[in-house]
Parts: sequence; C-alpha cells; structure tokens
Amino acid sequence: MSTPDNDVLLRVDNLVKYFPVKSSGYFQKREYVHAVDGVSLSVRRGETFGIVGETGSGKSTLGRSIARLYDITAGSITFDGEEISRHSQRRMRPLRRQIQMIFQDPMGSLNPRRRVGSIIGDPFAIHGLATGAERKRRVQDLMERVGLNPEHFNPIPAECTGGQRQRSGVARALAFQPKLIICDEPVSALDVSIQAQVINLLADLQAEFGLTYIFIAHDLSVVRHVSNNVAVMYLGQLTEIAPADDLFTVARHPYTGALLSAVPLPDPDQSERREQIILVGDVPSPIAPPSGCRFHPRCPKAAPVCVSTVPVLEPKLGDRPVHVAACHLPMAQGENLADFHPTIAAAQRVIEGGGLLSGDEAEVSTVAAEALATAPDAAQSEGRRQ
Amino acid sequence: MPLLQVEDLRVSFRTADGIVQAVRGVSYDVEAGQTLGIVGESGSGKSVSTQTIMGLTRGAQVSGRAVFEGKDLLTASAGDMQRIRGAKIGMIFQDPLTSLHPYYKVGWQIIEMIQQHESVSKEDARKRAVELLRLVGIPHPDRRVDDYPHQFSGGMRQRAMIAMAMALNPALLIADEPTTALDVTVQAQVLRVIQRMQEMFGTAVILITHDLGVIADVADEVLVMYGGEVMERADRRTLFFNSHHPYTEGLLQSLPAYGGARERLRPIPGQPPSLLSPPPGCPFAPRCPYVMDRCRTEDPPLAAAGEEPGHISACWLPHRGSERAELRRKLLEAEPAGTAPSAGGA
Repeated sequence: MSTPDNDVLLRVDNLVKYFPVKSSGYFQKREYVHAVDGVSLSVRRGETFGIVGETGSGKSTLGRSIARLYDITAGSITFDGEEISRHSQRRMRPLRRQIQMIFQDPMGSLNPRRRVGSIIGDPFAIHGLATGAERKRRVQDLMERVGLNPEHFNPIPAECTGGQRQRSGVARALAFQPKLIICDEPVSALDVSIQAQVINLLADLQAEFGLTYIFIAHDLSVVRHVSNNVAVMYLGQLTEIAPADDLFTVARHPYTGALLSAVPLPDPDQSERREQIILVGDVPSPIAPPSGCRFHPRCPKAAPVCVSTVPVLEPKLGDRPVHVAACHLPMAQGENLADFHPTIAAAQRVIEGGGLLSGDEAEVSTVAAEALATAPDAAQSEGRRQ
Repeated sequence: MPLLQVEDLRVSFRTADGIVQAVRGVSYDVEAGQTLGIVGESGSGKSVSTQTIMGLTRGAQVSGRAVFEGKDLLTASAGDMQRIRGAKIGMIFQDPLTSLHPYYKVGWQIIEMIQQHESVSKEDARKRAVELLRLVGIPHPDRRVDDYPHQFSGGMRQRAMIAMAMALNPALLIADEPTTALDVTVQAQVLRVIQRMQEMFGTAVILITHDLGVIADVADEVLVMYGGEVMERADRRTLFFNSHHPYTEGLLQSLPAYGGARERLRPIPGQPPSLLSPPPGCPFAPRCPYVMDRCRTEDPPLAAAGEEPGHISACWLPHRGSERAELRRKLLEAEPAGTAPSAGGA
C-alpha cells in the first residue's frame, strides 16, 4: 500500500470529517457529528468505485470531502500523486477541472432562472476559457455528447424533464475532460426507464474518455451494475471493500449481509427463495457512535469482543487481498445470518456488557430484551422472515 | 362482489397550460384481503387515481364510478366520505413527516383519530394507541406515545402512520409509495409490518409504487399504469414471467439484473407522453419497439391476454403467445428499435 502506484488515481488515508453540533450552554462540552470517521480507500484509474450506505452513513460527506467541498478534520487525500487535503481554495482551483461532481437533484444543482446552455457553459466562464461563439460551440458539442439536442440551448431547467436535467448536469461535469467524477446518487431521482438511459450514458462516456467514477448510491442493484469495486459504509466507517461480484456473492460483514438481503428483488422467484434479515432498531446517533464495531448493537452475531475492540479492515477467511472487511466474526460462505437471533444476542449483551453500552444502544438492546421476555415468538419472527 | 370496484375513472385538472388529463379511463377491482400493486412512473396517474377515489383531488373534473361496499365514493356526500376515510379506508403516504402534524404528539393524533369515529373514552383510546404502536414495533410504546413526530426516526414515523391507518381496522388500506423515502433495511421492516397487519386484520391493500422489487415482494395482483391508463393487469408471477404489454416488458428490461451478467441496460427510449395533449392512439406507441400503424390512431382496449384468467392487457399485439412472438419478430426486423426518437429534444 505504501509504494507509489501509478495505477492509483485517488488515495484516501484515514479521512475524518466532524461537524460541530450547536451546544446548548457556554460551558457545555462541544459535541461533534462523526460524519466520516477514519476512512481509507484507493481508486484506480478508469474504474468505477461504488460507495453504498444508508441515510446518515456519511457516504455523501465522504464524496464531498474528497472533492474538497469541505475542509476535512484529519487524514490525507492524494489525487494523481498530489496531496490535496490541505490545499487552499485558490490552489484547488486548477484541480477542480479534474475532479467534478454530479448531484442527485438536478433541480437543486442547476440554477432555476438560467438557460440550460449557459449553465453548461459556466465552467468555461469560471476558468476564463472560450468566450462567445467558441463557448457556444463547445457547449453544443457537450450537449450532443450527452444526448441532448444542441438546438435546445435555451430552456430553463424547469422546462426540461428529469432525464434532460441530469444530462445537463453530466454535460457540465464533462466540460474539461475531468479525470475523476464523483457521482452522488446520480440516478435516484429518476424513473427506471430514464435511470437506465443515464447509466448507459455514464458507461459510454467512461469508455470514450477513460473517466474514473466514484459512484455513491443507496440502490445496491445499480451500484452492482456499474461498479468494479464497492465499499460499504455504516455510521461514518467502511465495513467492507471488495470487487463488486465478490461482495454480492460472499459478503463477510454481517451488515453487508443484512443490507443485501433487504434489497427488494424484481423477481418473485428469487424474492420468495431468499431469507430476509430484518435488522432490529435504528441506526445509532453519529454524535456518540457505539464503541468497538459500530454495528454491534444491531448485529445478530455480536460478541463481547465487538463491544470492546474496533475491528480492522483486512482480508477475512482466506479472501484475496482486494476483499477486506472490518469484522471480528466474519460470515463464512453459505452461512445464514437468519440462523442467529438478533434479539437474543442483543438481550444477552445487555446482561453481559451493560456498562459498555451507550444510551442509544442500551435502548435498542433493552427493547430486544423486553421483546424476548414478553413474546419470544414475536422476537424471533422479527429477525427471521417466515 | 369485490371490495372496491373502479370503473372508467377519468380525472383532469385545469392548469395555466391547459387541461391535464391525469387519469384516462381506469378500471380495476380489489378483492377483500388482497394486495393490489399499482406500478408506474412519474405522471402515470397511479397516485391521482387513488387520491380521487378518496376525495382528495379538489378542483379536479372527475367522472366514472368507484364502488366501495355498495356505495359510489365519487358521488358520496362530504359527511359520508368523512365517515369512510380513516375508518373504512386507511391511508399511508410517502413522506410521514408531512402527514403527521408536527405540533401534536404522535399518540394524541392516533387518539383523536379513534375518537373522531368511535365513542370511546380518552383512556381507552390511549390504551389502543399504545397497543397499536406496540404492534407496529415501536419500542417502549407506553413512553413513545407522548413523543412528537420529530422525535421519531423516518422508519418509526412511517410505522406510526401505519398504526394510525390501522387504528379502526379498515377494510382497505391505500399505501402510496410507503417506503420510497426509507432506506432498504427500514423498507424491509415497514413492508413486513404492513404484511403482518394485513394477516392479522384481513385488510385489503392497494400498494402504489414505482419499485418493481417491492411489487415482486408483496403484491398478489399487479396493475401497470402509463400515461393515465392501465396498460396491463396480471397476477404477480404472470406479470414478471409472462407479461404481454411492451411497456411492462420495457420496464422489466431497464432494471439492472441482480446477480446476472452485467450487460448493457436496455432503457425505454424517449420520454413519457405529455398529458396536456396525449397522443390519440396507445400512449406508449411513440416509445414502443413493436409499434404498428394502428397503434398510433386507435387506443387499444383492455382485453384478455395469455392463458391466465384475469390477465388483461391494452395492446394490439396478438394475445396468443406464439402468434405474438412471431409478429414481434417481424415488427422488430421491419423497424429496428433504434429508430425511436432518442432521449434529447422537447
């Protein structure tokens, strides 16, 4: 990992981003939302690196930190051999041509009062390149690239369909042939048939220009479709990184397993055959994340070691070095998470490790203990699809 | 007799740009205890059709019939509708934060709802509210009943909405994109809760969603809508494995295969039709790979399709599988799929 590798376009080491929370009193201890808490990853040239996670996992914060839209709290970001994590905004400016972003909501990321054509031309204006007729020519060139009719230079975003707006966002990101495009939920606001059009467009552009993508999304089937490697994020940390096919066939981290099992499959046969793992409780607060493995209060397999020790991302059970998971008790192939009863495990932990649990965890676990005491049948059916 | 029978429902809205024909002759029925999934993309009319049945589309021009337990909901008086809404037909919407009142405690809102329809004491109504919250899996329901909506997480809010919708044991529950705003793991929790409540109370459910995965998971029967019309209706297995309508086929094909080889996606080219001046023929004709001359002028009626009883489709393609396959092949050869207008334009 420490040797400089020309194949690697982006390396992130131990990235930390905290947001201060408004404290209620002058003498109160300042609290922080631990949005991203020690994330390391590397992205190779020309690949699509997927990041999946649920609301509040920190995946968008991670993407924005990499693009240096935020000043990071700690850690380092190496882009194309250059350490950029402490760059001033002025020093970032030339790099911004090479790192671009596409956002989820094209309505929110395109100025509603301006013409689509002039929005796409903004990058040229900002960087002082191409004016007048030359700019218009380049904009129309870009519009054609992304499947927009170059004649439609003049509508405002509200007059475009969702697909056209997202194509405009893509066109703007492409202005300077960037090396890296960070796509933050680029297709989640679109209907399925339009979503497929945009995914194909992104794939075509990648092939044509040799682009590297970081693809952030919560839709696992989309991420699997587009990604070479996928990282799974939970409560500010990565739980697993693996080549897409490995991750979706042999998930090691129980959270990955639960996440995959929750994806609704558009196939009644597969959907009936599969056993779903319904996680107990909600994601704990990122202000005071749980000790040890952050997933332990909800993990069906959790043991005392998971409460006391933070697991390290490393290959498990003889996996290739490219497949790493942060788990003390990784899942073996074919192991069924539904065989563990999450409520029982959680209840046990209340008894064994009460003092180690934070407020939120304690709540989740006491619920489990209660459920177990009052209705063992109900508790089991909660964890196991019948 | 079905629990709910909708016949030739038409809804249009007057807007600054002209009259939007949001629903154009929709008919379906729901049997007691059944789950009917309605799937469609934005603007297909899937939400407007059910909202109209509930009398929630003020200012719309409505025609047709929606008979529920022998009464036409479209002509029912405001008083009758008030007695039916909530009590006989429960509703859940996409965003529980906007459907729960932020100023009132969650429990208070459930209690008010119960007392509105039944003459029970406040204590009894409160007991029922706590019990309902327990049923939908809210931890410490006796304490959480006094929380405000903002103190609940997204999944808990949606479960509280389910508790409220089920409070009076309705015969029908209308769930409009109930899990769209939720994460997958929470979505799984909420869908299980709806299913469990349905098993316990024998409620019929109309589940409106754009997510074919959710449909495959919970629906018994599926209605596919496009451009304000019903394109196809079939039981779940028939829809996924033996669909008739090219739009259904297009929808299924544009999804990334989960677990299969990573092939290039096959999107439906073009855009959904404008409902301001919908095309005269089949609304899907401009995007259909098998389009024939007839499709552009005559709107096909819903007619029996395939071998399964109850499988109907609005398409001029032959209903016998073998004939259909042959004609499709010919149409594709005559006019390759690529000739449809690309996504730009308009």
